[in-house]
Amino acid sequence: MINALALFLAQAESAEETAAAAAPAAASAASDPFADMFTEHHGSYWFPEQASSYAADVDSLYMLIFWISLFFFAGIVGAMVYFVVKYRARPGHKVEKSPSHNTALEIAWSVLPGFLLVWFFVDGTSGFFEQRISPGDCEEINVVAQQYQWTFYYPDGDSTPNESGLHLVRNRPVKFILESKDVLHSFFIPAFRQKQDAVPGRYTTTWVKPTKAGTFRLFCSEYCGEGHSLMKSGVVVHETEAERKAATQWEWGDKSPLQNGERLFKMQCSGCHNPTTEKKTGPGLAGIWGKVEEMNDGTTVTVDDNYFRQSLFKPSEHIVKGFTSPSQMTSFDGKLTDDQILWLRIYIKSLSNVKESVEETTDPDKAGADAGEPGNANGDNGGDDKNAADGKNEPRADDNDDAGANAGDDANDNKSSVPPGDDESGGGR
Amino acid sequence: MTATPHAKKLFGHASEHNYLNASSGFWSWALTLDHKRIGIMYLIGVTSALLLAGVFALILRAELFTGTKSFLTEQQYNQMFTLHGAIMVFAFIIPSIPAALGNFVLPMMLGAKDVAFPRLNLCSFYLWVFGTGFLLTAMLTNGLDTGWTFYTPYSITTSTSVVYATFGAFVLGFSSIFTGINFLVTVNTMRPAKMTWFRLPLFLWALYATAIIQILATPILGITLLLLIAERVMHIGIFDPAYGGDPVLFQHFFWFYSHPAVYIMILPGMGVISELIAVYSHKKIFGYTFIAFSSVAIALLGFLVWGHHMFTSGQSGVVTVIFSAITFSVAIPSAVKVFNWLATMYKGSIRLVTPMCYAMSFIFLFGIGGLTGLFLGTLSVDIHLHDTYFVVAHFHFVMVGGTLTALLGGLYHWWPKMFGRMYHDFLGRVGCFLVFAGFNVTFFPQFVMGARGMPRRYARYDDEFLIFHQLSTVGAFVLGIGVLLALGVLVYAVFRGPRVAGNPFGGASLEWQSSSPPSFHNFDHKIVLNDPYDFGAMVWDEDLQTYIHREFVMPEVPEKPAPVPTPRS
Repeated sequence: MINALALFLAQAESAEETAAAAAPAAASAASDPFADMFTEHHGSYWFPEQASSYAADVDSLYMLIFWISLFFFAGIVGAMVYFVVKYRARPGHKVEKSPSHNTALEIAWSVLPGFLLVWFFVDGTSGFFEQRISPGDCEEINVVAQQYQWTFYYPDGDSTPNESGLHLVRNRPVKFILESKDVLHSFFIPAFRQKQDAVPGRYTTTWVKPTKAGTFRLFCSEYCGEGHSLMKSGVVVHETEAERKAATQWEWGDKSPLQNGERLFKMQCSGCHNPTTEKKTGPGLAGIWGKVEEMNDGTTVTVDDNYFRQSLFKPSEHIVKGFTSPSQMTSFDGKLTDDQILWLRIYIKSLSNVKESVEETTDPDKAGADAGEPGNANGDNGGDDKNAADGKNEPRADDNDDAGANAGDDANDNKSSVPPGDDESGGGR
Repeated sequence: MTATPHAKKLFGHASEHNYLNASSGFWSWALTLDHKRIGIMYLIGVTSALLLAGVFALILRAELFTGTKSFLTEQQYNQMFTLHGAIMVFAFIIPSIPAALGNFVLPMMLGAKDVAFPRLNLCSFYLWVFGTGFLLTAMLTNGLDTGWTFYTPYSITTSTSVVYATFGAFVLGFSSIFTGINFLVTVNTMRPAKMTWFRLPLFLWALYATAIIQILATPILGITLLLLIAERVMHIGIFDPAYGGDPVLFQHFFWFYSHPAVYIMILPGMGVISELIAVYSHKKIFGYTFIAFSSVAIALLGFLVWGHHMFTSGQSGVVTVIFSAITFSVAIPSAVKVFNWLATMYKGSIRLVTPMCYAMSFIFLFGIGGLTGLFLGTLSVDIHLHDTYFVVAHFHFVMVGGTLTALLGGLYHWWPKMFGRMYHDFLGRVGCFLVFAGFNVTFFPQFVMGARGMPRRYARYDDEFLIFHQLSTVGAFVLGIGVLLALGVLVYAVFRGPRVAGNPFGGASLEWQSSSPPSFHNFDHKIVLNDPYDFGAMVWDEDLQTYIHREFVMPEVPEKPAPVPTPRS
């Protein structure tokens, strides 16, 4: 857990440095920060670690079937080998007289193993109910699957992308509401012994109670296309709610708007947008500020603050030529506070400043952009003001010592009153 | 003892006039209506498909020797496993034993001249050629990356050639239906007068049960594939959620065919093994009725368990539990067969020749394949194992360890009948051992990595699974060499093997009463009906070097008066 957290923070820090320098190093299309943690096996011979409340039950049922199967298998192969040796054709050996059927015996070996099968069935079914029927006191996490990444939406409005993984709290039961934006995926966490397909057009649910802090693997286990084997992430189980909050919140209270913008970008945008000129699912965002882009419908649009805001709220309205319509991007209408939009704008502009400073188009454009942002409480902080520790932000980690509480009211200080998770699940029905 | 002069004439030498030389030239084969030639052509076809798809498998395994990219991109890997799966399933396993071995053996086991509809039979073969060609061309030109299951909605959105490939599979479905109809009618109408249902060889029971599935289930696949094409081309909104459809419905349709199809693949194999065990134990098969009815039970229950492919798909919990229960019930008839085979070996006289080695290999591998099915039928365990390498290993143990092993065993069993030549038995056994050993090294590690959480259809994987993948790759190449050796020994025998007479193994079913190779009309004499497992009726004749039915033995003139039978105590 600590590893993952440290790794995540280190990643954010290092990206910060590169962003401040020249164009950020190209983030690989399918970066998997968890890969290094799974170079060797943790767990027993047959299984990964047991990290959920029902993992041990699954394993012991597996081992029960294993030993009973081995018993039968040894009997069958043993008898076969014994017969071949004992009754092999050789001079002087003749077929001995033996019955060609024995109804009692045959009924016995048809019916008796049936009792074992009933045992497996009953045990397996009760285990299945335990894996699928969630207790009442779960927190709900929305899991959105798309080619080839996962996004996780927490009850307090935070969300994390594939790169930073799913963050849970030890011993807090959580219900997952799965949905898919495109094709079938399957949400598979071996250490939890849990798997459920995400099906486009409907919601599927499952639940888990993590019992062990640490970092575990999350796979997509239903074939979903070219990047199927790259669609993996990690599950980080934290000891306390505060640690989870620190790892999932979108911004820090004590950091500059640029840094917060970058963190938001990494969490919310980097799944589809590179901080370079290279395109991903969506356009790369470096160097686009102030650029005149040709749209799908033939018109042209200058990328400025208003276009930025429109793209965020109504992604399908104007789509840059070469990208599919309707846009694959979800609307962030109601999901971002004005502060957050500002920070994002500051960060994305910084991506262009670096590029365009050579061409002298940047400064007037930027100046105009900052001045032209009305009605925003933080507008006067200015785009490049790095020391602006926003007055109303406090360090989030400290707010959440009461781990059991649903951190909704904390979140509402900074975010919209509608947590994106609820919005996703409610709006679709 | 000596054979009657008539028998000497019939069985004394490898037949000079047989179906192989009855006529010659390309068209005499291409337009033949002879079930034996069609069977041979099918055999060449499905073996080519096996080798081709086997090469694809080796390419996959070679790529997976490391967890990072070796020589295939993700997209190429996906196309490769699709090629491997689709060709193995549609072009090899489904037609393998029924269409190749079944075509040759089924009419002869009935003492018949041909199948009921010889033209339909030839048509079925050409549909196979056309369908396979279409499938292969589609996949090799524009690629196909859906997996052999064509799951929606991915198969609707991918840009690869789904329409052409599904059309190929659709045509192959008809090939399969035609074979099924043909066998069903042949067994029903062309049995000799006194051959009742319970005097049928068990291989025919298995083929009959298979034919029922082929006829009832394959049309569902055809309709499903047509709907998929319609969905792709016209967006009719059945499977595609973007148009109000339900992607899980496709899975129901698909598995409603494809689970019974699993039994199309394995039942004929079980039938072959029933024959092999009996002949090479030289003993009447134990529990004939139970084996016969277990084939039918498997065929019928096989229609009711498709949902176990969908335990994690989001289908309702109640349905899931019901499917789990019925799935366990299929285990029973399969286990019954294994127990009966063992009881047949008990107190027999077992000849450990190549076909018997394959039969033992079958019991071992199918045993593992069947028992690991219990893990997957158990719901809570399946939630963990579903779509992992555990499943991959499980169905390869059944499909390859079962069906391929049975096919090879059956080929070695009937090869002298088909070509009148004997193979090198020792090399045959070496081939069998390599197949067995290579197979286990390939697929056993996959159980372990599957249980540890390695998902299937992954082009790249985490380092913790490296050692298992490497073992698996090494095993796959040994398996490949074993299959090549096994087939090589057979091919060599056709041209260089010593000639053999009609019945070298002492089989009691009717096909062994023909000369080897059989004549164009199969039987040149009146067949002697007897119980297919009454091996006591077959007598070894030193002069002719073959088993002949005791009716063909000259009545011995007793040298002294026969002893007075002692009354039973």
